[in-house]
Amino acid sequence: MRALTFHGTHDVRVETVPDPRLINPRDAIIEVTATAICGSDLHLYNGVIPGVARGDILGHEFMGRVVEAGPQSTLRPGERVVVPFTISCGSCFFCQMQLFSACDNSNPVESQDASELAYGHAMSGLFGYSHLTGGYPGGQAQYVRVPFSDVGPIVIPEGLEDEQVLFLSDILPTGWMAAENAGIRQGDTVAVWGCGPVGLFAIQSALIMGAGQVIAIDHYPHRLDLARGLGAKVIDYTQTDVLEALMEMSGGIGPDAVIDAVGMESHGFAPDNLMDTVKQKVGLGADRGHALRMALMAVRKGGRVSIPGVYGGMVDKFPLGALMQKGLEVRSGQTHVQRYSQDLLRRIGEGEIDTTFLISHRLPLEEAAEGYRNFRDNQNEWTKVVLKP
Amino acid sequence: MHKTLTRFALPLGVAGLAVAAYWAARKPASSHPPDSAPGRTARQTWFGDYVVGGRSVTIAAEPEPLFAIWRDPSQLSRFMRHVQSVEAAEDGTWRWVLRGPAEAEVTLLTRIVTERASELIAWRSVEGSEIEAEGKVMFRKAPAGRGTVVEAVIAYQPPGGTMGHWMAKAFGTDPARLGRHELKRLKMLMETGEIATASPPAQKGH
Ligand SMILES: NC(=O)c1ccc[n+]([C@@H]2O[C@H](COP(=O)([O-])OP(=O)(O)OC[C@H]3O[C@@H](n4cnc5c(N)ncnc54)[C@H](O)[C@@H]3O)[C@@H](O)[C@H]2O)c1
Ligand SMILES: [Zn+2]
Ligand SMILES: [Zn+2]
Repeated sequence: MRALTFHGTHDVRVETVPDPRLINPRDAIIEVTATAICGSDLHLYNGVIPGVARGDILGHEFMGRVVEAGPQSTLRPGERVVVPFTISCGSCFFCQMQLFSACDNSNPVESQDASELAYGHAMSGLFGYSHLTGGYPGGQAQYVRVPFSDVGPIVIPEGLEDEQVLFLSDILPTGWMAAENAGIRQGDTVAVWGCGPVGLFAIQSALIMGAGQVIAIDHYPHRLDLARGLGAKVIDYTQTDVLEALMEMSGGIGPDAVIDAVGMESHGFAPDNLMDTVKQKVGLGADRGHALRMALMAVRKGGRVSIPGVYGGMVDKFPLGALMQKGLEVRSGQTHVQRYSQDLLRRIGEGEIDTTFLISHRLPLEEAAEGYRNFRDNQNEWTKVVLKP
Repeated sequence: MHKTLTRFALPLGVAGLAVAAYWAARKPASSHPPDSAPGRTARQTWFGDYVVGGRSVTIAAEPEPLFAIWRDPSQLSRFMRHVQSVEAAEDGTWRWVLRGPAEAEVTLLTRIVTERASELIAWRSVEGSEIEAEGKVMFRKAPAGRGTVVEAVIAYQPPGGTMGHWMAKAFGTDPARLGRHELKRLKMLMETGEIATASPPAQKGH
């Protein structure tokens, strides 16, 4: 089959690789009909996530038709499914608590060693990501092997287009969980850093959850426009002093909740960010935490901090004093996708949530490398790329 | 941080007494009173000629089936990937063929010295074994209905002494790591009916 493989920083290629096959009884094989490139893929593309090997098949946002199902799978060939990017067994202590991205049983034991060293504990397996999360072949391919196919995949009823439901695999529940983690109360002011797909879905979710105003922060005019279109107020950080503006826009109180939907590769020329960029380039392993630092400074006393943005290692100059002194509440995590699947599918079906507004480009899988390059270099126009194998 | 003789002997039980005594004879008494941590978590790993290690894992299952699997040589290779074969002889000796560093085969001969149904299996190596080792596996109910805590402790003389120990670590075949992997695989097998893997069987294993 054809698949997008990793060959080094800024080097991904569509190649012919062996077809996947069933290994475990609960597996299924999916023929991919649509897959997307995610901001998380950019962290891999930019070489800032450890444990990615040459030849790894990337992609964790995908859907398709079941072509083969193992004896313990509950799927039937022909069914149309969206596959969550988190691989979860459904029965361990963590899955029982709906902490699906903390599943104990989906990350192969050999891969857990490095993860335990890096984080103290091993997280669940993920599709198309680092070997710290299992090194499972991903979905930017014609076919994918899906473990625990009786737990994750969401069977899609007829009548919904691929593009309406594809993002149930990751960014839609990620934006939703980001808003949920912000503990939004009626009338709250919520500030969101980053108007990529995750930030945009977080804005949409925060408004549904009753936020009084959502203030979105980015520097790309088109992305800020999309945020405005959802009903957010926007701040262009290249034009405006963000901290001062947030204070003034919240009656001198500060936002009740802040969401960092930027992650470890923050843009900008602030001094702290320039230093972080240098360290990241020379491999000192420091994440660029500029957006998170700003969020911690901006949030009101006793406020809530939600971090859907991905971080892989250490952050320097972390304003721990602000966190402690202001008595902040911090919630984060890789999304527990399966927790939100049915609720969000229903909201899409009822027309409450539109997922297609952020798709800017549709490409054949063969042109995936182009997609990566543009999603990285032309972020203003390239907001979300959907690939068709 | 030092552990006292009793602190160390307790988790290892009968089989551990010899090691503990050996260790106690070589170490000056510590000025710190013992803490509550298991002896195997002591900062020192060497106790005389022995390396001691262990690991606990909580499995959502009753103790009985877990004990039964551990007691049945034909079941062990289902989750012990570095074990090529285990056979029980007529006289009660278990013969283990292990994959050591650089794919070398190592034979371990053991005998169960203490056994309490669904609770404990303590074993030690016997005459003819290529490795001097002793250990035990304990099963107890986990709090809050979380299943069973399985705790495995091993004390062994690394073939080749200190050098051998570091070699094993370098090749990823030191028993602490392998033991940790095996407990996790057992957990996967019991909780999900399968063992997670990202690659087809041909590439699987060490
Ligand atoms: N928690 C999860 O499970 C999960 C899932 C998916 C994605 N993510 C993460 O969410 C983050 C965003 O993903 P995405 O797909 O939206 O990525 P993206 O790269 O498309 O968007 C990031 C946006 O942040 C903006 N930005 C950069 N620096 C900024 C700054 N200092 N202030 C304000 N805005 C800034 C960029 O201009 C861009 O628009 C990534 O870190 C991604 O890895 C997390
Ligand atoms: Zn994603
Ligand atoms: Zn699980």
